[in-house]
Amino acid sequence: MDAPLLAIRDLHLTMSSFDGEAHVLNGIELTVRRGEIWGLVGESGCGKSLTGLSISRLLPSPPARYLRGEIRFEGRDMLKLPISAVVALRGKKIGMIFQDPTTNLNPAYRIGEQLVDVALAAASHDPTILDCPPRAGRRERKRAARRLAAAMLDRVGIPNPEARLDNYPHEFSGGMRQRVLIAMALIGRPDLLIADEPTTALDVSVQAQILKLLKGTVADHDIGVILITHNLGVVAQTCTNVAVMYAGNIVESGPVAEVIERPAHPYTRALMAAIPTKETRRGALQGLGGTVPNLIAPPPGCRFAPRCPLTIPACTRALPPAVDIGAGHTAACIRVEEERAAVHA
Amino acid sequence: MPEPILVIDNVSKVYPGRRGMFGRSAEVQALKGISIAVDRGESFGLVGESGSGKTTLTRSILHLEQPTSGRILFEGRDLATLSGAELRRLRARVQIVFQDPYASLNPRMTVQDIVTEPMVVHQDVLGLGGRQRTERAAELLSLVGLGPQHLRRYPHEFSGGQRQRICIARALASGPELLLLDEPTSALDVSVQAQVLNLLCDLQDRLGLTYFFISHDLAVVRYLCSRVALIYRGELVEEGETGRIFDAPETEYAQMLIGAMPEVSVPR
Amino acid sequence: MTDLAHEPAPAAESGGSDRLRRALFRFRQSRLSVIGAVIVGIVLFFTIFGTFLAPYPDQVAGAVDTAARFQPPSAAHPFGTNELGQDVLSLVMAGTTVSVLAGFGVVLIGTVIGTLVGAVAGFAGGWTDEALMRFTDLTLTIPSLILAMAIAAALGPGFVNMVIAISLSWWPGYARLVRGEVLAAREETYVTAARAIGASPRRILFRHILPNVVSPIIVKMSLDMGFAILTVAGLGFIGIGVRPPTPEWGTLLSLSRSYMPDYWWTAMAPGMAMFLAVFGFNLLGDGLRDVLDPKARR
Repeated sequence: MDAPLLAIRDLHLTMSSFDGEAHVLNGIELTVRRGEIWGLVGESGCGKSLTGLSISRLLPSPPARYLRGEIRFEGRDMLKLPISAVVALRGKKIGMIFQDPTTNLNPAYRIGEQLVDVALAAASHDPTILDCPPRAGRRERKRAARRLAAAMLDRVGIPNPEARLDNYPHEFSGGMRQRVLIAMALIGRPDLLIADEPTTALDVSVQAQILKLLKGTVADHDIGVILITHNLGVVAQTCTNVAVMYAGNIVESGPVAEVIERPAHPYTRALMAAIPTKETRRGALQGLGGTVPNLIAPPPGCRFAPRCPLTIPACTRALPPAVDIGAGHTAACIRVEEERAAVHA
Repeated sequence: MPEPILVIDNVSKVYPGRRGMFGRSAEVQALKGISIAVDRGESFGLVGESGSGKTTLTRSILHLEQPTSGRILFEGRDLATLSGAELRRLRARVQIVFQDPYASLNPRMTVQDIVTEPMVVHQDVLGLGGRQRTERAAELLSLVGLGPQHLRRYPHEFSGGQRQRICIARALASGPELLLLDEPTSALDVSVQAQVLNLLCDLQDRLGLTYFFISHDLAVVRYLCSRVALIYRGELVEEGETGRIFDAPETEYAQMLIGAMPEVSVPR
Repeated sequence: MTDLAHEPAPAAESGGSDRLRRALFRFRQSRLSVIGAVIVGIVLFFTIFGTFLAPYPDQVAGAVDTAARFQPPSAAHPFGTNELGQDVLSLVMAGTTVSVLAGFGVVLIGTVIGTLVGAVAGFAGGWTDEALMRFTDLTLTIPSLILAMAIAAALGPGFVNMVIAISLSWWPGYARLVRGEVLAAREETYVTAARAIGASPRRILFRHILPNVVSPIIVKMSLDMGFAILTVAGLGFIGIGVRPPTPEWGTLLSLSRSYMPDYWWTAMAPGMAMFLAVFGFNLLGDGLRDVLDPKARR
């Protein structure tokens, strides 16, 4: 097995605010390989977006502060690299897509101009992207960049790409704009794509198309993807692997089929029980009592313990380590073994 | 066969084009001859994606907008023919819960002011004095799973789920029979959504409310509603029993929409 | 389901005091706003007590001491004396009252008229809006100082007339601000909710819209205080404001103008007082904007 594309080890992040310093990431462990789509799933405030932003160091410091840990991208620790080196990776080796496709395109420029800019910037690092002779003049490079832009629009399924380059963002629908942003993120031939709620603002039918596009991209280019979402359904339909986050911890992770069919952590199970399915009888939906813990003074031990139906005194003593339960499936719960034994008995 | 509580009869709405510097923009046909009947005590789901006209329809039912043609009848009476006083009385009986619990509560009012406001506005119908209103507000809060200790607080002190409960309490304050639920859970986390959906089921059983549930989330509609109507670009595409629509959608649009539902199960 | 009833709301303490503490915290983040608040505090202090604390109270009332004309700053007269031998420090201290009260009066009247016009225009819409706003624009086209001069000339000089004169050219700024804010607030979901409840237009305007547009009004009032004080002084300077012997910064500056190169101290103290007051109110206004209306900062 080759070296992973991205390896996050024991990442601790705090954010300072008026009320104090909140421990928002509490020992994140995540390994992403080429060809994998990792779903990072959890409810608001669990730290899933912060994890994504940390990878390309997009959090301003202060208020953010990395206590310890490492984020190795292709072997290099992003937290130790000078910020200029990290900036050079953004948009080239690491592509990012955000939730709102309207605010991430400049309304004053044509789509083509924005794509050409990105292509030229990417080409300054990797001249092979443009596919034109090394001594080419400015004009020729620009023309090549435009060709590439049109090819990218075509690849993300925008009909009539040549003509669409001259349109402004407001002339595109929400779904089409998100496709443009995906094209923009892919132009620099990234190895890792981080998509933060890319379909949340879109209609269900468009969402399905975008997710399909994302899956196709991974297959075609052999890249790694981190898909940040609050929707377990999206994860189930799109991802190869999933990490469930709660209050700054990854509580369960593994291949999607494993986690969805045999959820081991009580939080994952609670999350799944809260989603209405075809079989759910009226009034039988399981809500989750209590609230997300205050991360400035988090509860001792397992952060889910105050809301967990299985809590025993030992739960509040120490943060439970991730227990390997086979097939790459881990759960950070000290009762996971006995629970599984009980289920199989 | 009892009379339906709400009848939407061949309603169309056309927004005239705006006259601007460069001539007139095209008119927009938001609703094209929609007909729906909602029975008393049922949960009726209205499903549509963005631009389908579901917001226009909701606003028309609340009489915040007038349809271009067609009639909307509440208990057999055409809204367009009601006098000002009758319309005000109607407002006590048809209430709404909005999608965004953060935007739908006035940040400068306490929970008590928010929940008692409908009682103040409909003083003539409800006839509650100041103390009775406070008592009723406390009752309503406990009905939605909050407590009298929350009366003096401001909206910003509450989480999204708690705010939506306050919105539901406000909607119930004037004793309505029909509740329009405009995507009441789509801004909430799933665990909180589950609590609010359960609360809605519970309230319907206890108070005999009729729900008109507007959503783009098919899973939630399937869970809560007995009948569903699908609208697309202002037109009614398909209507029927929830089970039938989800198991055997007839139209292409319904098939596509239901096929695109991200179910929490591993695709085979 | 009832488990939520016992769950503590996110902010455990009572809302008001917590909100105040947070606002103070944000305000203190900026050193300049704190300096502004301190300056404004000093200015307000002299507004109330200036006349009583002046070292030569009889001169404030109009007494002259011709023997001590044009004395340079000394221990007895920190800012020297003027052409009548009056203590400049005493006059400036006492002048604070008139200048700041006049400025405050202008801003207050301007706010009331402007808010009323803007709120009605924004809320009613249609031709009411059109008529009121065109009238506002019309008022804006007349240079304010000239309008104030004309009004002061018609009504005759004096404190009250001066305040009225400036106010009548002051309100359009508020009308435009409030109209814009009301238009935005009218589209808020909680306003739609109030309409769905059946609340009357008056209730909607006064309970739901106006309380939510107060913050930008307060910010503008604070920012305007400085300019209002300047305008008051300007009218005093050209001689149609408060008449001597009542001390007022603009009048003081105007009188000392003729002796400027040789007896600079007679102009220095009122000039500095004006500078400090305007500077202080502007810094405070900026700080308040950060606290009350953070989105306006961009």
